[in-house]
Amino acid sequence: MAQALGIFVAGTLGTMVLGLLSKWFDRKLTARVQYRVGPPLLQPFYDILKLLGKETLVPADARRSGFLLAPLVGLSATAVAAGILWASAVNPAGAFVGDLIVLLYVLTLPSLSLVVGGSASGNPFGAVGASREIKLLIAYELPLITAIVTALVHAEAWSFRLADLAAHQAAHGPIAASLSGALALLVSLFCIQAKLGLVPFDTAEADTELMGGVLVEYSGPPLALIHLFRAMLLAVLPMLLITVFLGGIRLSWPGILGTLLAYLLILVFVVLLRNTNPRLRIDQAVKFFWLLLFPIAMLALILALAGY
Amino acid sequence: MNWRIWALQKSPWVYHVNAGACNNCDIEVLELLTPRFDVERFGITLVGSPRHADALLVSGICTRQIAPRLQDLYAQTPKPCVVFCIGTCACARGIFHDSYHAAAGPVDEVIRAVDPAATILYIPGCPPKPEAMILGVVKALRALA
Repeated sequence: MAQALGIFVAGTLGTMVLGLLSKWFDRKLTARVQYRVGPPLLQPFYDILKLLGKETLVPADARRSGFLLAPLVGLSATAVAAGILWASAVNPAGAFVGDLIVLLYVLTLPSLSLVVGGSASGNPFGAVGASREIKLLIAYELPLITAIVTALVHAEAWSFRLADLAAHQAAHGPIAASLSGALALLVSLFCIQAKLGLVPFDTAEADTELMGGVLVEYSGPPLALIHLFRAMLLAVLPMLLITVFLGGIRLSWPGILGTLLAYLLILVFVVLLRNTNPRLRIDQAVKFFWLLLFPIAMLALILALAGY
Repeated sequence: MNWRIWALQKSPWVYHVNAGACNNCDIEVLELLTPRFDVERFGITLVGSPRHADALLVSGICTRQIAPRLQDLYAQTPKPCVVFCIGTCACARGIFHDSYHAAAGPVDEVIRAVDPAATILYIPGCPPKPEAMILGVVKALRALA
């Protein structure tokens, strides 16, 4: 118990640091793409610290409890997700059966907390942002889960344990090396882009159109928590893809290099996708996920069942 | 030094308020984000909501219509925050000095009417050069410490 708690706390703190560093990587690479110099390494840490030191304003027509609790729910859900991922990587024998299902559920909570926060803010931009966020959630969950089921088919035992997926890949090579695995990985890359709320799927925030959407009324420490769990998701979601498709998170010496490389590649893909695409309208995003990515994910599932 | 102020100096987020400007200053403000000046080097980013902002960049003479809204915007900005008067109009109304549509006072008086202790900085020019604005921000951050 004490060990599990230790892994959870260390995993959460480690994910915060890793996430904020990834956020810096995102901003720096974005700046380089635009021929700018970009922010210094510790910039995301300064931003969080500054927001923690500012005043908290609650709009007069907001629902105070929902408005202030939503960022806490998002942060704790992200921390639990990070804890589950790290626990299965550090101590595979101690992981419980079904942690993959819990993880997928818990990972919808950050988006749902933003929906609650946005609708509780009493701001029309917040309400529009919340409605778009929930449509986006409905759009990308289906292909994402289909893609992850494809990986489960490869692991044969149909075990909903992340550790079993990792063990299977340690024995037979990464799932993404097969045709169906590669297709499923491609689908999930687009899904995590939407989960992260980055361009081209930032319709719920849309700074140029909704002025931040669900975030519009947040200030000070609650905004800091939102930025913090967003940054943590930037670490958690690539780690999820590595665990499921790219050979699992390895922490021993030569293996860790491969894990780091995979992490960086996913991050570069996410950042470049964000920098080279315009924002999709919400209906275009839903069509993209349901009519294009979902059939691809189904194809991957059928190929996997057929043994490719 | 207070850690709040130290962190604020490291990451000032700005919100841009057009209080009746001719758009010349506004274009120069956007210039700051381009590759040539790139103020993100110092952690400065443009945000879309005054609730996220640490500094209000106000341009224009502050017309009668915008004055109450400017006071609202100032109230919506979480403290500690700084107000920048960008351009001669915002500092002292410039060539529109005796216009019929101007508010009771220029930007600083309108804001001091709601918060006498507000930190207000002046960057004159028509429009001010981007270098002048960066210098103004640096001086403001030093003044906060």
